[in-house]
This record gives sequence, structure tokens and C-alpha cells, in this order.
Amino acid sequence: MNRPFGSWGRYPQNSHHTHKLLWSTDPLPPSNGQLMLAYGFGRSYGDSCQNNAGTLLLTQALNHFLAFDQEQGLLRCESGVSLDEVLKLIVPYGYFLPTTPGTKFITVGGALANDVHGKNHHRAGTFGCAVTQFELLRSNGERLLCSPELNPEWFRATVGGLGLTGLITWVEFKLRRIESAFIKVESLKFRNIQEFFEISAESDTHFEHTVSWLDCLSKGASLGRGILMRGNHAPASAGNLKAHRQPKLSVPCDLPGFALNQWSIKVFNAAYYSRLRAKATLATTHYDPFFYPLDVLNHWNRIYGRRGFFQYQFVVPFAGDQTVIREILGKIAASGQGSFLAVLKAFGNRKSPGLLSFPREGITLALDIPNRGRQTLDLLNALDLTVSAAGGRLYPAKDARMSAAMFQTSYPEWQEFANYVDPAFSSGFWRRVTGGSE
Amino acid sequence: MPNILLVGATSAIAQALAHEFAARGANLVLWGRSPERLQTLGADLRIRWGGKVETETVDVNACEFHNAKFDRAVRAVDGLDAAVFCHGSLSNQGECEKDFSQAEKQLRINCLSVISLLTVSANYFQMRRKGTIVAISSVAGDRGRQSNYVYGTAKAALNVFLQGMRNRLHSSGVKVITVKPGFVDTPMTGHLKKGVLFASPSRVSQDILRAIELGRPVVYTPWFWRYIMLIIRLIPETLFQRLKL
Ligand SMILES: Cc1cc2nc3c(=O)[nH]c(=O)nc-3n(C[C@H](O)[C@H](O)[C@H](O)COP(=O)(O)OP(=O)(O)OC[C@H]3O[C@@H](n4cnc5c(N)ncnc54)[C@H](O)[C@@H]3O)c2cc1C
Ligand SMILES: NC(=O)c1ccc[n+]([C@@H]2O[C@H](COP(=O)([O-])OP(=O)(O)OC[C@H]3O[C@@H](n4cnc5c(N)ncnc54)[C@H](OP(=O)(O)O)[C@@H]3O)[C@@H](O)[C@H]2O)c1
Repeated sequence: MNRPFGSWGRYPQNSHHTHKLLWSTDPLPPSNGQLMLAYGFGRSYGDSCQNNAGTLLLTQALNHFLAFDQEQGLLRCESGVSLDEVLKLIVPYGYFLPTTPGTKFITVGGALANDVHGKNHHRAGTFGCAVTQFELLRSNGERLLCSPELNPEWFRATVGGLGLTGLITWVEFKLRRIESAFIKVESLKFRNIQEFFEISAESDTHFEHTVSWLDCLSKGASLGRGILMRGNHAPASAGNLKAHRQPKLSVPCDLPGFALNQWSIKVFNAAYYSRLRAKATLATTHYDPFFYPLDVLNHWNRIYGRRGFFQYQFVVPFAGDQTVIREILGKIAASGQGSFLAVLKAFGNRKSPGLLSFPREGITLALDIPNRGRQTLDLLNALDLTVSAAGGRLYPAKDARMSAAMFQTSYPEWQEFANYVDPAFSSGFWRRVTGGSE
Repeated sequence: MPNILLVGATSAIAQALAHEFAARGANLVLWGRSPERLQTLGADLRIRWGGKVETETVDVNACEFHNAKFDRAVRAVDGLDAAVFCHGSLSNQGECEKDFSQAEKQLRINCLSVISLLTVSANYFQMRRKGTIVAISSVAGDRGRQSNYVYGTAKAALNVFLQGMRNRLHSSGVKVITVKPGFVDTPMTGHLKKGVLFASPSRVSQDILRAIELGRPVVYTPWFWRYIMLIIRLIPETLFQRLKL
């Protein structure tokens, strides 16, 4: 049994048997009566990549590229290939990922299984929207080729299927053409949440990538102040097609629990907000700092210490009424349990292809909150009430604690999905939200 | 641009080597026993590095076909500059003790199959009066120990064979390199608990590459194994026989 294969939030902590997969053409190992789950880079925050007392199938060595059509911009690779590796390969050829989350240290299998989204959701939809086909290996040895046309029901179940339908062995997806590795970025300050909504919609029509950082400790008139960053891929004249380099900095060990307190978070947020002197700035930056600002620091999750932290990400439908977001920001500010990183974005109306895909049209907010035990859980439960009342839902990839009832109400497709779960596969998340014991 | 034959290409060490070679612009011929794995590895190398990669399914124990297969490899890339032998199997010592046929199998895969291939490639490179032959042996061949002396015997025989061949080919300008890794974290040692002595396949492949560039005849990888094995070889047999190693 091994401990190190945790999740990014380091909560809950589990023990697993592990089995390293080496070739996508090999059969699955015998289950020996234990439930299995694929594990990529463990960049999910909660227990969707955990399988306490069961077996984790480690996919990182399934890292072979299988086909690269440079004319069509179509890439096929094994599921353990990381976005980091994909970028290093494709950027010099003038291609970029169809969409990307806030870190490049995730596997393609993980991107598919969580149907991840990025700053261009309002244009490109989720990662699954760019997937043309993949292979699913079931515990009975069956290999299913899945695409929107072939085995479409398995396609729908596996995209965003949280690794529960079997092992994804390889994935083929469409790339986006770029002329340079650079992004033309504009950063705009907004003084409150009202201003955010004013500039957000306008930004989405003119910019491929938009995302906002929010100071969630500010109150009163400046409740919801922050910075909106919007960007477009820069033309060839703006720079070359060089991929990124490896990060050099790393947090060497766990920081003590008191390193992150209300005060240090407040200082950080205030400093971040005033870093931008002018109301708006223009810059051309490499894609790496634009998309992956946190990747410069390896193991940054260690700053939250041994007890770990939660990420709370929800989406709520939005039709111009700001009360939900205000209510949530109000609750957080009142609790004094701030967040270093609060990220706000408007999802577009492109339908996510998976039965359990998280993104849908509305406003999404993601908050990192240090685990302080009971008081933190109480705060998150209180936020759940607001989210549920607004018809919203939480992102399973980030969740370690939502109730079974909340999951089942907000993802009514879960019962249909359950028909596709491989009998030899399970996860901590799945047992928790379907009422099994954990 | 060198043309290199990699035998046992799907082994972890050979895969790491293949990337090092391909990154330097080499064309590769990959031999292995699993066509699916070869296809996967070949595609990956071509996509990442853009060089020529040919694959061939070969049963290395079928020595009668080695000549013909080697010819095909030579023709596939229009002449070879190096041949690297990486296949091997960490024998189950217990089974070999109970049953000679098991030991025989282990000697066949770890020693006889390599000797057959070395014979074919030595003649080829000798005729061309240039080239490099690399075989992966093991520190296990430096002294017989109760925990794995069948495997050790195969590697020891290989060492002597390589030594003799190096001597024979010296005047033709052909380099013969014996690689002696210590513990390497690969599927072969998947069942063993990993300690600080374990090296990564990529570390080992870099050492092999340096040995080829510098023309070193015998390379221990990582380097400290040279000294560990020196000490182990120096222990008098009367004492050694009592040790639990
Ligand atoms: C700094 C940071 C920023 C992030 N930003 C975003 C963001 O902007 N948008 C977003 O959507 N997400 C974001 N995430 C979350 C992250 O993108 C997802 O959790 C992603 O799925 C992690 O991939 P992974 O390879 O680490 O997979 P893991 O976390 O190891 O696994 C994730 C799930 O995928 C399954 N899985 C993995 N490989 C396979 C396979 N081969 N076959 C079947 N199932 C498989 C696992 O079983 C598990 O259910 C962020 C995470 C971090 C740490
Ligand atoms: N790992 C160590 O600690 C260590 C230490 C010293 C020396 N070595 C030597 O390093 C070399 C490479 O091994 P590795 O560590 O990279 O291990 P590995 O990944 O397990 O590779 C072993 C290779 O040998 C092939 N092979 C095994 N049995 C075979 C058979 N009966 N017929 C045909 N091919 C067979 C395998 O083919 P498949 O891919 O088809 O299975 C594979 O290519 C070997 O010569 C080994 O003796 C290893």
C-alpha cells in the first residue's frame, strides 16, 4: 500500500495499491477482487482521483504519441501523455491545445475524464468538444472505439465520466492553429462585481480567452473587485513558435499551518489588486505565463501545509441577476476564510459532450480555501445552500465533500451514467456521492 | 547520420536509449517480440524526433534466423553504424535451482541469443572496418552470488565473450562496449523494493551514450558500481562463501 498518490488538495488522505501501466496495448492487470481507478497526474483536488484501499492504475508511463497529422492538426496519443509534452511537440508546428486548464501538468486521459475547460470556454467549449475519438478498455477485456458517431453512448458516458467507465487508452483530438507562441493580453481592473459583469460580456465577443481574478476578501462597495484578463493569440509578427521550458522553482516541503492566515491572504490579494496601477494595461506575453501562472512553482499545494485545502468551484445559471454571486462573496468575506485565488469566468453556451460534464452556460467561480477543519466545512456547506437554491452545481474534479443529495440533484443524469460504470472500477468520489460507504 | 540497430527495443533502458539516439538525428531499426509495442514505440519516436524508424518482430531465441534478420536490418537503413543489445530476463533463481530446463532457458535468452547476434554483427562490422557494438550485461556477472547466480553466469559468460571480441576487433577499428548497470528502475525489477541504489533508465542511457562517444570499453552505470563491485570482487572466497548475498 502506498501513500504518495494523493490528490492536489491533499484531502482526504488515502492508501492505495498501485499498478504501473506500461503499454496501451497490454491488457488490464487482474483485479484480484480490488476496485480499480486510473490515476494520471493527480491534479484533481478531491477524491475523484482517489480509490481508498483499492488499486490505482498509474498512467504516466502511457506516454507515447501515436499519430500526428500536421495538415489537419489532429493528434492521437496515449492517455498518460501530459499537456506539457503535447505543447512541446505541437507549438513549433504552429498548433496549440483546443482548450487548456490552468495547469499543463495534467494527462490527456485526465482532461477527457473530467472534460476540462479553459479560458476559451465561451468559444471552444470543453476539451471533449475537440475529441474526435478514443479507445476505452473495459475490465472484461473489451476495447471500444468511441467517437460522436461510433459507440456514441460510451462516448457520452466516458467524456467527463470521472474514470469510472474503464481505462481510456488513447485519445485523438483537434488542435488549434497559431501563428506565434504569444498572446496579446489586456488586463482590466474592475472595482466591484457590477463592473465585472459590464466588461465580461463585451470581452467575450472580442477575445478568445477571458478570465478574472477576484479579491474575495474585499467588502462593501468594493465587494468583488478584481482584474479581468483577456487575450488573443498573437500574429506571427509578435513572436516565434518556441514552446515553454521546465519550471525551476519548487516548494521543498510542507509549510506550517499558520503560514497562510487571514492576514497574509489579505495582504496578497490587496497587493495583487494594486499591482496593476492603471485601470487597463496591454502586453504581449508567452502562452506559458498567460495560461499557466502557477506552473512556475512546483508543488505549490504544499504552501497549504499537511491538512491540505479545498477548491470550491461551482457554476450557476446567469440571466443578469447578480444576487447569487454577491451572496456567496458576502458569505466568504463574512467568514474571514479567504482565498488566495478566486477565479471567475462566464461559461458560454456550447453544450458539453459528456453526461456528467460540469460546464454549462452560466457563471463559474473557483476558490481555494485552506482546510481549517469544522469551520471550513461549515462555510462550504453554507455556500452549497446558495448554489443549490440557484440551480447551480459543483465541479467533481475539485470536490472532496459535497453531499450525495447535492450531487444527485444537480447531476440528474447520474442514474443513466451509472449503467456505464465498469463493475471493476470505482473511486472515493463515486462511493461518496452514490451513498456507498467510504 | 548514424544508423543504429536496437535489439530488445521495448525494454525500458532501450526505449530511453532510442530517444537519446533519435534526438541526435539517428535512424533506428527496432527489434522486439511484440509487434504492438514496437508499433507504439516506433510511432512515438517518429513523431517526436522526425527520424527514420523501422520495426521488426524478432524471436531472439531463434538463432537460425539471425543472419537473415540482420541483413534485413542493414538493408532497411542502408548500412548500420552500431548495434545495441538490450534484451534480457532477470531469472527466477529458485526455479532455476529446482529445474535445469529453467536455467537453460535463462542462459539461452541472457547469453546464447546475445552471443549469436554478436557473432553476426561482429562479422558485419569487421568487414566494414568500423562500427560500434554495445551489449548490456550486468554487475551480476562480476561475482557469483546465491541470490542470482544463473543470471550472473549468463552475464559473466557474455562479459568474457565481449572481452575476446573486443580484442579480436580492435585492429579493425570496431568498438565493443560492455555495459554493466547496477539496479535500474524498470519492469525487470518491478517486483523489488526501490532503494537509493536504483537508477533511472534515462540516467543509464545517458551513461551508455557517453561511453559510446568516448569509446570506453567497459562502463559501470551509475559509476559508483565500479567501486562497489571492486570491493565485492576483493573479498576472499573463503569469507565470501559464508556471506548471505
Ligand atoms: C493549478 C490547477 C489548475 C486547474 N485549472 C483547471 C481549469 O482551469 N479547468 C479545469 O477544468 N480543471 C482545472 N484543474 C483540474 C484538472 O485539470 C483536472 O482535475 C484534470 O482532470 C487533472 O488531470 P490528471 O491527469 O491530473 O488526472 P487525475 O487527477 O489523476 O485524474 C482525474 C480523473 O481522470 C481519470 N483518469 C485519468 N486518466 C485516465 C485514463 N487514462 N482513463 C480513464 N480515466 C482516467 C481519473 O480516474 C480521475 O477520475 C486544475 C488543476 C490544478 C492543479
Ligand atoms: N533493471 C535492472 O536492474 C538491470 C540491471 C542490470 C542489467 N540489466 C539489463 O538491462 C537490459 C534491459 O533490461 P531492462 O532493465 O530495461 O528491463 P525490461 O524493460 O524488463 O526489458 C527486458 C527486455 O527483454 C525482453 N525479453 C525478456 N524476455 C524475453 C524473451 N524470452 N524473448 C525475447 N525478449 C525478451 C523484453 O521484451 P518485451 O518488451 O517484449 O517484454 C524487454 O525488451 C537487460 O539485458 C537486463 O539484463 C537490467
